[in-house]
Amino acid sequence: MTAHTKGTGLKWVGRAMRRVEDPALVQGQGKFTADLPAAHWVRFVRSPNAAGRIIGINKPDGALVITAADLTGVKKITPMLHKFAYRAVAQPILAENVVRYVGEAVAAVVAASEEEAEDIADLVELDIEQTAPVIDSRDALADGAPQIHAIAPGNVILEGKHKTPGFDEVWASAAKIITLDARSNRQNATPMEARAGHAVFDAVSGRVTLTCTTQMPHLMRTAIADVLGMRESDLRVIAPDVGGGFGQKMSLCAEYVVLVWLARKLKSSVAWTEDRRENLIASFHSRDQYIKLEAAFDKDAKLLALHADVISNVGAYSCFPTTSGVEPLMAMAEMPGPYDVQQYQCRARGVLTNTCTMAAYRGVSRPIITFTLERLMDKAANAFGIDAIDIRRRNLIDTFPYTSAMGLVYDEATYQQTLEMAVKAIDVPAFRARQTAARAQGRYLGLGIATFSERTGYGSPAFAARGMEITPGWETVILTVDPSGFVEARIGSSPHGQGLRTTLAQIIADEIGVTPDIIKIIHGDTDTSPYGWGTFASRSLVISGGATLIAAQKVRAKLIKIASHLLEASPDDIVLADGAATVAGTDRSITIGKMAREAYTQTHKFKGEIEPGMTESGTYDPPGTFSNACHVAIVEVDIETGQTKIEKFLVAEDAGKIINPMIADGQVIGGIAQGIGNALLEEIIYDEHGVPTTATLADYMPPTAREMPPIELHHIETMSTQSITKAKGLGEGGCIGAPAAIVNAINDALSPFGAALDEIPATPQRVRAALRTALSSPLWEGEKSNP
Amino acid sequence: MKPAPFIRHVPKTLDEALKILAQVAPEDGRVLAGGQSLVPIMAFRLAKPAHLVDINEVENLDKIGNDGKILRIGARVRHGAFHTSVVDNPLGALLTFVARHIAHYPIRMRGTFCGSLAHADPASEWCLTAATLDATMVAKSTRGERAIKAVDYFEGIMSTALAEDELLAEVHLPLLAAEAKFGFNEFSRRAGDFAMSASLVTYTIKNGKIAGAHVGVGGAEPSPRRIAEAEAALNGQAPGDEAFRAAAEAAASVIEPLEDHQTTGEYRRDLVRAVVRRALENSQQ
Ligand SMILES: Cc1cc2nc3c(=O)[nH]c(=O)nc-3n(C[C@H](O)[C@H](O)[C@H](O)COP(=O)(O)OP(=O)(O)OC[C@H]3O[C@@H](n4cnc5c(N)ncnc54)[C@H](O)[C@@H]3O)c2cc1C
Repeated sequence: MTAHTKGTGLKWVGRAMRRVEDPALVQGQGKFTADLPAAHWVRFVRSPNAAGRIIGINKPDGALVITAADLTGVKKITPMLHKFAYRAVAQPILAENVVRYVGEAVAAVVAASEEEAEDIADLVELDIEQTAPVIDSRDALADGAPQIHAIAPGNVILEGKHKTPGFDEVWASAAKIITLDARSNRQNATPMEARAGHAVFDAVSGRVTLTCTTQMPHLMRTAIADVLGMRESDLRVIAPDVGGGFGQKMSLCAEYVVLVWLARKLKSSVAWTEDRRENLIASFHSRDQYIKLEAAFDKDAKLLALHADVISNVGAYSCFPTTSGVEPLMAMAEMPGPYDVQQYQCRARGVLTNTCTMAAYRGVSRPIITFTLERLMDKAANAFGIDAIDIRRRNLIDTFPYTSAMGLVYDEATYQQTLEMAVKAIDVPAFRARQTAARAQGRYLGLGIATFSERTGYGSPAFAARGMEITPGWETVILTVDPSGFVEARIGSSPHGQGLRTTLAQIIADEIGVTPDIIKIIHGDTDTSPYGWGTFASRSLVISGGATLIAAQKVRAKLIKIASHLLEASPDDIVLADGAATVAGTDRSITIGKMAREAYTQTHKFKGEIEPGMTESGTYDPPGTFSNACHVAIVEVDIETGQTKIEKFLVAEDAGKIINPMIADGQVIGGIAQGIGNALLEEIIYDEHGVPTTATLADYMPPTAREMPPIELHHIETMSTQSITKAKGLGEGGCIGAPAAIVNAINDALSPFGAALDEIPATPQRVRAALRTALSSPLWEGEKSNP
Repeated sequence: MKPAPFIRHVPKTLDEALKILAQVAPEDGRVLAGGQSLVPIMAFRLAKPAHLVDINEVENLDKIGNDGKILRIGARVRHGAFHTSVVDNPLGALLTFVARHIAHYPIRMRGTFCGSLAHADPASEWCLTAATLDATMVAKSTRGERAIKAVDYFEGIMSTALAEDELLAEVHLPLLAAEAKFGFNEFSRRAGDFAMSASLVTYTIKNGKIAGAHVGVGGAEPSPRRIAEAEAALNGQAPGDEAFRAAAEAAASVIEPLEDHQTTGEYRRDLVRAVVRRALENSQQ
């Protein structure tokens, strides 16, 4: 079913090697935060109201209940951007005086077990004087809307603006203007493992160890130490096995600050395991946007200019470290996507509301902007009377490097080629014939295409462009060959399901001529791994992989030097392979194990010419590289119920050098699963009072295995010049393209009715509503007349 | 998501179970059967029963009986018992067909038929089955035994005629005529979810015409019920597209649809129209 990239010779890189992570995980031997025993358990008492003043908090007698009043000296979480008229909204660790969304933590109950803590939490009475909430971002922008934070008048936390010189003239010259009002409803990343933290105080050292399910252990340490005003060295953060994160676990949670504070206060161990309801209402949300996109085309359907207005509902606070700029600013920067368009105007606002705080979720804004732009391209194709493939052929970028209207530099990619590859593989003419035959039987099939670029592996300059106070980007890897010849790499990146222990080992193995099974990747512990930015934004294989390669190259150079000494040969004649150094064309060789041992125990032999030991470090901070793909969905829409069934999904994608084809495919397929949720199923819904009505997995609906269609994958490998491993990132593409392809397919299926849908998720209710709008007579009749 | 404290009682006989239930019912004592509905709502603390009367070890409740007219389903009979036919009658095939639509496999291996009837979720497939087939619910308590007809049994969303000290000991389903036809269809957003609307139909053919039609609709109103208007549209008509559409339209127009934040009444009617017609179409296969 799946066309794997072929292996590339005898190297480890390029092989679909099995993941070293899996044996423990599939045998139930993974170690997760919630597995740790604790003396004390915390239950948070959360606001039942979206907006209001806290009049009183009644604690049951004898119970240990912490509120904002107890947290004297603890700072607020105050993420910062130095651009875009950003307002530095501050979040108290526990709600102070006011509550701003349903689910905001107001008090922390501490008891000997989770059950007892929950029993006591039931008895804590919150006296809240309700005020009028504002839930929808457009309502929040209206005159007279309730103000969420005094510091952000009009509820606008930031506003990005961009306009290319000459925009107005080009706009005025257009043959056609196409407009689209897109709506993306709110989502939750829904990792399998919800949040969990465990903090323990060590009386001997006076340090606290926080184990938590995070994507960035080092930054959690920096942030929590800042907020609590403690020395960073007094805090150790461990990310053990982490059951998915998808961005939700890269932001600082106030709950973890409470745990560390309590561990120090009680001089003991304190744990909290979030339940699914808390995760759905009070972790982080995402993707709640309105985008109005207009496009100017010349008479040949060539895109001339884009004009976008992005309204991103950022919830009640700003997330740390990315700030609530993460969605609107990415939407602004990357809206032009894979198309050649040099004129661009955009306004992107982040809007505060009485809802759960927004944070990054796999793909961030790109699923939405891709959905918007790809819907618009289909609409434009219709308006020009050409087909959806044709309009893309006319507009996809095909010369590199390409500098976008926003100044982003796109490296070599295959926008046109992946489109051609995908449409050929899906066999569009055969589909059209089948579609026509099906329509005659009252069955409605549709085919949808999405092409997109996926900016990945970007270093500090890209984040600096946003003016972030905390500017992530680089990665460091420390590589050691120990005296027994085993290899250890300590990395700052923090994998949580991506298989980095496998892929980094593949890179090292090729470079220093050993097998991956003797390589161990150490991560997720601030005491044992170098400072780094963790895992997010499809960065780890590119950046941490690059740093790994640099470190491995240094180790390689050192091994060759040692071998040349010990074998008395020229370094140029030394071949490193199969765990040994050999003098080319001879049988003189020495094992890497032996060389490593000498590097520690026989240093006198090297007469000061070679430094003792076998540890090298590499740091990498790349500019970023663009992956790309074309997704195609074939769907059948049940027009009576509005239900969409995905018959088939096909991907042609280019992520540069593929280090491990199996892991690459897994990333794409997992992303598509989330994309299907985004396209059809998943939606956080608030009622008019700001109460979430989707607080269980019966109401908030990720797809299950039974909703997954057959998926066919094709790869092209364009070796990236912007990444020293030649690999591009591919962690997000699956979910970026899928909603656009699926909803385009639904619209294709609905086209005989003249119905159109520009909102995700395209629930059956919305599909039926679109049909109802399009048909004046009841569908019944419409169906009979067989349009 | 931990339940509030409770005391669990594990009686071995029906008498013992009824005695305990009589004692604890006034203190919010509840029967625990498969636990597939009760345990989740306890975890959410939407229910905080002080006592649970666990009937999983009560003897003789796990029986399925059949006297040639009535199928008797005991309180410990799990959904999974119907994965294969339990009786050589169209009813056996009907129950097997319907059971597949309930939740997911592991849930079907625990959840009970009678538990579904006691819980009375509007979308429960077994409640729809009981309503469509005019089942009789046999309730027992220390006060005695009574039989409750389906039309008197369902009182609304998760609400039934059972008193708090009554155990639903058995459900009686009438066997179908040997030549009876049945059809079932439901709509849910994901496989295994509770249906947003479902329909079960049975009828026989007399002289080429539909006779004795039962058209049940579930998931669309607070309780499942037979729709007389849809049945009237079928009886006496030749089975086929025209009659089926008329019945579906009748059902869609007479229901009083449940609404929520995503689902308008209008949409619920769309679904009822679709599931009734599809159930009727299925019945022809
Ligand atoms: C994820 C999920 C999906 C589901 N999907 C479906 C679905 O699609 N369709 C569906 O119908 N159901 C579904 N269910 C519910 C499942 O079928 C339950 O098993 C059923 O509703 C209740 O049966 P039970 O034996 O588990 O009852 P319990 O959970 O033990 O009890 C439910 C209620 O009935 C009472 N009760 C139980 N037995 C008796 C009795 N004999 N006498 C008096 N009172 C009694 C209890 O006190 C309690 O109030 C789903 C459940 C889950 C967890």
